[in-house]
Amino acid sequence: MTLKFPIYMDNHATTPVDPRVLDAMLPFFTQDFGNAASRTHAYGWHAEAAVDGARDTLARLINAESGKEIVFTSGATESDNLALKGVAEYYGAKGNHIVTTTIEHKAVLDSAKRLEKQGFTVTHVSAGPDGIVDPDDIKKALTDKTILVSVMLANNEVGTIQPIAEIGKLTRERGALFHVDAVQGIGKTPFDVRAMNVDLASLTAHKIYGPKGVGALYVRRSKPRVRLMAQMDGGGHERGNRSGTLNVPGIVGFAKAAEIMINEGAAEAVKLRALRDRLWKKLTSELDSVVLNGHAEQLLPGNLNLSFAFVEGEGLMMAIKDVAVSSGSACTSASLEPSYVLRSMGLDEDMAHSSIRFGLGRFNTEEEVDYVAELVVSKVRRLRDMSPLWEMHQEGIDIKSIEWVAH
Amino acid sequence: MAYSEKVIEHYENPRNVGAFDKNDPSVGTGLVGAPACGDVMRLQIRVNDAGVIEDAKFKTFGCGSAIASSSIATEWIKGKSLDEAATVRNSQIAEELNLPPVKIHCSVLAEDAIKSAIEDYRKKRAAREVLDKE
Repeated sequence: MTLKFPIYMDNHATTPVDPRVLDAMLPFFTQDFGNAASRTHAYGWHAEAAVDGARDTLARLINAESGKEIVFTSGATESDNLALKGVAEYYGAKGNHIVTTTIEHKAVLDSAKRLEKQGFTVTHVSAGPDGIVDPDDIKKALTDKTILVSVMLANNEVGTIQPIAEIGKLTRERGALFHVDAVQGIGKTPFDVRAMNVDLASLTAHKIYGPKGVGALYVRRSKPRVRLMAQMDGGGHERGNRSGTLNVPGIVGFAKAAEIMINEGAAEAVKLRALRDRLWKKLTSELDSVVLNGHAEQLLPGNLNLSFAFVEGEGLMMAIKDVAVSSGSACTSASLEPSYVLRSMGLDEDMAHSSIRFGLGRFNTEEEVDYVAELVVSKVRRLRDMSPLWEMHQEGIDIKSIEWVAH
Repeated sequence: MAYSEKVIEHYENPRNVGAFDKNDPSVGTGLVGAPACGDVMRLQIRVNDAGVIEDAKFKTFGCGSAIASSSIATEWIKGKSLDEAATVRNSQIAEELNLPPVKIHCSVLAEDAIKSAIEDYRKKRAAREVLDKE
């Protein structure tokens, strides 16, 4: 088999649409193009039926009680915004405290920041050095004023899977609502909103081989019934929770992607873990000073976040431009700050600068893994030969013992 | 972010990678930057008795722009007198490599590395002259 370049290993950023998903979507652009809110003709009825079928499929994916608990949105950023701001605005009279973690996605952190400006108090619980949040730390953060706790299912950088069931137990006991940004984890690691006592969950299609631009917020309807203040005003769609004409082809594609995950997710996880382990073994059998960021077992099957010590991440990505990956290096962001997730885990900044995230997905192959491993090994060696830090390391000098002048 | 052709060219074919013995009296060494900031440059010059930089070497931990900036810096100062080399400005490097604003600090680091290497050489030379007189 010939390899297609660049090889895509950035499946935490987004995934290609599965051809089966595209096939399911296509009729909804041209033939079944009706507005799901049109109640007066067959075009509308057909679209509405397709959307309601999709709600039921998504409900099954997360074991929700009913499709009525699914609110469609434009994606997970909107879902996170709606969950935090919608809950805060509705329950603000009951309490003004929100608990979240330092490793959440910016859509959660920045929504929380805005709420702080509006008078809410937000506690940010740190993850441990292994990238996992300790439920005890969440417990300590809870107060009588806590109305909402927001913790992600799996981290987008280091892939660590958070103890959602344990946290759900705590929030249920204390009567705080529990929101989970489940974007990276759904279909890839068990997620059951009923068993885990989750009250709100953000989902998106494009991380599970569905289209971009469509997401959902699970909003529990019983025990407790969760209420939201809508953030988008208009025609009162989605039971008043989110106005706007539904993206019917996107929603149909989202459901097809979810259905494939329901049927194949577990087997796919086994395949991805094998590919990930293959990549890890090949890299570490050839290279010294490669550090795994995160937890060795409690992580997404396709995630491998590594720091190649003494080599800068962006420099390495430039050397492996035939491979699409991402880095926690500052140089890849406009802010020049290295990854806040890695730093909050206590990683030294130089190691954050040296990090590369490999995100394996459905369409990666063993040949690709072998090619990438060989390429990375040769380029890391080349860059280490050019690195003054590697030379010092070889000479036995501890680079931490040097007084560097930060610029 | 797209790199300029010149950055890619220097990154893929860096000039003057390597090291001189830092204890050699004719060698000046500049080590600038910090691992925590994501770039460290070590630039070395070998200076003859006439005060001319005969050769230069570098090793850099950093992104493509940092490596390209070091590469071009070593190329420019070779054959120059110490005073001439000290006039190389980061803006010239940034212009030559077409660095975007977010990468200007790479060229600043290269200028600092040149100055630091020259200073190191001059210090060593001054110390030796004191010894010679004694």
